[in-house]
Amino acid sequence: MAGPMKMRATLGGGGTAGSYTDVRVLMTHPMTTAQSNQPLHFIQNITVRQNGKAVVEAQISQAVSRNPVFTFRIKGGAKGDKIEVSWLDNKGETNKIETAVA
Amino acid sequence: MNILRRTLVGAAAFLLLKPFAALAAAWNKDAFAAKTPQDALKGIGAGEAAASKDLVIDAPQIAENGAVVPIEISSAIAGTTSIAVIIEKNPFPLAAQFDFENGALPYVKLNVKMNETSDVRAVATAGGRRYAATKEIKVTIGGCGG
Repeated sequence: MAGPMKMRATLGGGGTAGSYTDVRVLMTHPMTTAQSNQPLHFIQNITVRQNGKAVVEAQISQAVSRNPVFTFRIKGGAKGDKIEVSWLDNKGETNKIETAVA
Repeated sequence: MNILRRTLVGAAAFLLLKPFAALAAAWNKDAFAAKTPQDALKGIGAGEAAASKDLVIDAPQIAENGAVVPIEISSAIAGTTSIAVIIEKNPFPLAAQFDFENGALPYVKLNVKMNETSDVRAVATAGGRRYAATKEIKVTIGGCGG
């Protein structure tokens, strides 16, 4: 079943590419497909927020692996910025996690 | 009397339904249900996309386990607002679409399932135009049964 999430947000980059906030998030979710013998159960929507403002909105399908891990990058950012990631699946279940940029 | 009742019932139904409508975020059902890459591309409004070297797919050439294939996509195309991932030979080719706003960089790393060896196509949107990049990933063991 859908379970806890883990997230790490750090400052990265520098140099010519400029600095960015690196967000790595893990969602515990079965992500079952229509091909398996289990009921179709997968995350459909993911939203990443930086200090309350949406920065990434994702729509995903059953083709994303079980217990999905994503990396996102946000330009600039500072220590202490609040990063929130939430998801919504095809059964209406939802979860979210918030962390401060380290 | 009847009209009043109908209006009241209608109003009540509207109030009841509205919170659910607000909860259901946008999910492009038609594009995700498409069974060919062409239909998936049409579903996301990207029937024609120009090949671009500034859109880079970083992924292993050979993925032993099709259940977890790491794919990293980044776009150096100025003004990229969206990246879609299409796995051409999957039963439902469209795997994901990411919309970037408010300072998010057009970059994403994710793990996908692949049924068999296939071209993986990234489609970026920048300034209303579409750009594409393709990379073949060989799969030893398919991963769509999980």
